[in-house]
Amino acid sequence: MANKVLVRQEFKVVGTRPIRHDGTDKVTGRALYGGDFSLPGMLYGKVLRSPHAHARILSIDTSAAEALPGVRGVVTAKDLPRPEEGIADVGEGAVNLRFLSDNILASNKALYKGHAVAAVAAVDAHTAEAALALIKVDYQVLPAVVNVREAMKEGAPILHESLRTDAQGQKGTTPTNIASRIQFAKGTLEQGFAQADVVVEREFETATVHQGYIEPHNATGLWSSDGQVTIWCSTQGAFTVRDLVSQILRYPVSKIKVVPMEIGGGFGGKTVVYLEPLAALLSRKTGKPVKLVMTRTEVFEGTGPTPAASMKVKMGATREGKLTAAEASFAFEAGAYPGSAVGAGCMCAFAPYDIEHGKIDGYDVVVNKPKAAAYRAPGATQTGFAVESVVDELAEKLGLDPIAFRMKNSAREGTRRIDGPIFGVIGALDCLEAARASDHWSSRLEGPNRGRGVASGFWFNIGLQSSCTISVNADGTVNLVEGSADIGGTRASIAMQAAEVLCLRAEEVKPTVADTDSIGYTQVTGGSRTTFATGWAAYEAAHDVLRQMKERVAKIWEANPADVTYEEGVFGVKGDPKMQMAFRELAGKLNHTGGPIVGRATVDPKGQGGAFATHIADVEVDPETGKVKVLRYTTVQDAGKAVHPSYVEGQMQGGAVQGIGWALNEEYFMTPGGTMANTSFLDYRMPTTLDLPMIETVIVEVANPGHPFGVRGVGEVPIVPPPAALANAIRRAVGVRMTRLPMSPGAILKEMGTV
Amino acid sequence: MATKHHVVTRVNGEEVEFLCEARHSLLEALRETLGLTGTKEGCLDGNCGACTVTLDGRLMDSCLVLAVEAHGREIQTIEGVASPQGLHPVQQAFLEEAALQCGICTPGFIVSAKALLEREPNPTEERIRWWLAGNLCRCTGYDKIVRAVVDAAARMAEVKG
Ligand code: FES
Ligand code: FES
Repeated sequence: MANKVLVRQEFKVVGTRPIRHDGTDKVTGRALYGGDFSLPGMLYGKVLRSPHAHARILSIDTSAAEALPGVRGVVTAKDLPRPEEGIADVGEGAVNLRFLSDNILASNKALYKGHAVAAVAAVDAHTAEAALALIKVDYQVLPAVVNVREAMKEGAPILHESLRTDAQGQKGTTPTNIASRIQFAKGTLEQGFAQADVVVEREFETATVHQGYIEPHNATGLWSSDGQVTIWCSTQGAFTVRDLVSQILRYPVSKIKVVPMEIGGGFGGKTVVYLEPLAALLSRKTGKPVKLVMTRTEVFEGTGPTPAASMKVKMGATREGKLTAAEASFAFEAGAYPGSAVGAGCMCAFAPYDIEHGKIDGYDVVVNKPKAAAYRAPGATQTGFAVESVVDELAEKLGLDPIAFRMKNSAREGTRRIDGPIFGVIGALDCLEAARASDHWSSRLEGPNRGRGVASGFWFNIGLQSSCTISVNADGTVNLVEGSADIGGTRASIAMQAAEVLCLRAEEVKPTVADTDSIGYTQVTGGSRTTFATGWAAYEAAHDVLRQMKERVAKIWEANPADVTYEEGVFGVKGDPKMQMAFRELAGKLNHTGGPIVGRATVDPKGQGGAFATHIADVEVDPETGKVKVLRYTTVQDAGKAVHPSYVEGQMQGGAVQGIGWALNEEYFMTPGGTMANTSFLDYRMPTTLDLPMIETVIVEVANPGHPFGVRGVGEVPIVPPPAALANAIRRAVGVRMTRLPMSPGAILKEMGTV
Repeated sequence: MATKHHVVTRVNGEEVEFLCEARHSLLEALRETLGLTGTKEGCLDGNCGACTVTLDGRLMDSCLVLAVEAHGREIQTIEGVASPQGLHPVQQAFLEEAALQCGICTPGFIVSAKALLEREPNPTEERIRWWLAGNLCRCTGYDKIVRAVVDAAARMAEVKG
């Protein structure tokens, strides 16, 4: 059960495995997450949610709730500024703002079961909950549509009367649930399929699944009498919360301070706001700090799941095993408001391959479910499942080894994706090679009902803005301040990059994640960007420290700053080996030689390298129950450079297991009326220790030329390959080709013809 | 105001008393009344294990225990695992094996794993997986958690000598 790192470039700190800086607080229970925060005199809020998937709200009467002893305030959509008000351009911007604001508190219509319609603040949570029952909402129930194919049909119930399909900039003329249609094309499709000797075409479906972070959403708000608003919450992006609350409440960003508490998982689901504006509103109404924490049911019913998808993929290849053409149509459920990740799904779908002729259509469709949010490589897992299943079937039809077939068609430097971009240095082929060379691939898998599957995946990763400051302490250590929520060890991976530049040990750089008043703008922890972009900001800030320290040395020694050197933690002067001063020594002198030194940097890097992964899965299918047991699992991934290999492995393992859960078990069971029937962890069953083997890892390092240490994002791509890797393994184990997720026991038995 | 009950109990070795309503869970009493927020809340229905504590030595989901039931009992929470001398070997192993990412599940896992190792000093991987099946972690895929428990067993054996 190996964890391997195929190191290509060595550094002193980058690539080592120090204990994370925030670790002790997190193993002792001292770390404060959003739900752990409290203020004196604090009230507790609860949210009233629609019991209907689709209903017009005729009236809301809050008087009985307000009269309940202990209740301090109630808010409804009436307390939110009308998005149209005061906006000169009542166009797209206003519509989007309206959607944003309506998702916080429904105004004229509830669009999914669980849609927030009112919120109460009371002296304790039980009183607030009792008050919810006293709020009278008069609903006119409307027919609901909870499936993407149904929602696209003529005559389907319409969610938004004002919605018109945006087809590559062309607006439709009639009300619809299809918010947008996008298309990417390359080459001539007919020609590509004409060259093919074998063509496989299949339809696929995936169910709605949830990110499933263990920590429910929370927010505490304080609207001070001077107009300053402070929000403490668990979020992937404090600045994003500030921006969104500012837009929804039409309140200046300078008057809002967001304090990021520790965050108990997000996976994309905590890049948006739900409770934060409510906490602020309730605080304004009551004059007291107000805290809201969701229940698990609220998390399932009221926060972004990932889109269910309906997909069609057609691919052709020659007898020799060369892919010639690829065509796909992907329809994604956006939930109640437009904006699924179908675009990203389209762009990633065929990215692992070099295909000359291709066309991809994507549809973003609203349905009566909670508005979808990002979930780890958003969109890529759905489309990857479809494409990698078809790729596997082609290999099977051609009698080719599935890894050899993928290698023959692998994307490489210079390959143009169907959606346009041309790849720089990438590790697609390297991952396949490492998979082929792994112990797992060369091991034998024997026994009935067992099979091995393989699949690849791609995620492009993002860059975006990050800020960092580093101040030098008199004892030769430094304090580093940054703005990226630390969901999985990024304080360490960021500090390590500064340590590398400064020739310090990782422990000598003390990182802090600051609030929005205390650090420059920093984008969300998402898109696998944090170690890449905020790490880069730390790298630049460290260089800024060095530059200033060299100037100080020059001043002390009366030397030319350009001649000052810094090696192995010691400053020197070119041509005079006697002149030496250690970093620590200089640090101790700063205050008397010109004052303290603070390095700073902001970055907006564009050179994020795309990430590829290849997974191998061994399964055994119980022919009587249909249950799939994962016997062995290996993830191979290009990290560019693994800054802290343990946490890179952790991302690979955790992502793979989320993918395994998505593949085999997880699903929103929806009644036709639009009620989720399994809103607890008992019935929405995520993988437990018992469902899994150890997850083997092979880290490939194809340095990203767009980062000083070659770093690529690592967090997202590992969720992409598992569904297809498992489907391909199931195919070899028991001969059935599964085309719908989850591949639950019942679904497998049905496909095997047992039931 | 609902009637309150007076509860006298021991938490992490110290005598503690508090008032609670009959409907309050032990989790709520620990977190809200006593300020012991190391015990986490993930589901409130006994399905995630984030709220794991021991009650008279037995592992419990504290969200499923009423606060009044703590009367006269002995509770251990994550806050009582480390000592002034330093971290418990299970905590040290979690750090060194990188067995946490977001860390919200970590207190529950540590309390569970410690209880296992106190009963069975040398469990197999299968036994560890069986024992920890009531604790959900969405971040790690459990691999490093299982390794950390194996590692902690070795550390504890060494301490015992
Ligand atoms: S909060 Fe108690 S088991 Fe989840
Ligand atoms: S580390 Fe995040 S849930 Fe376990």
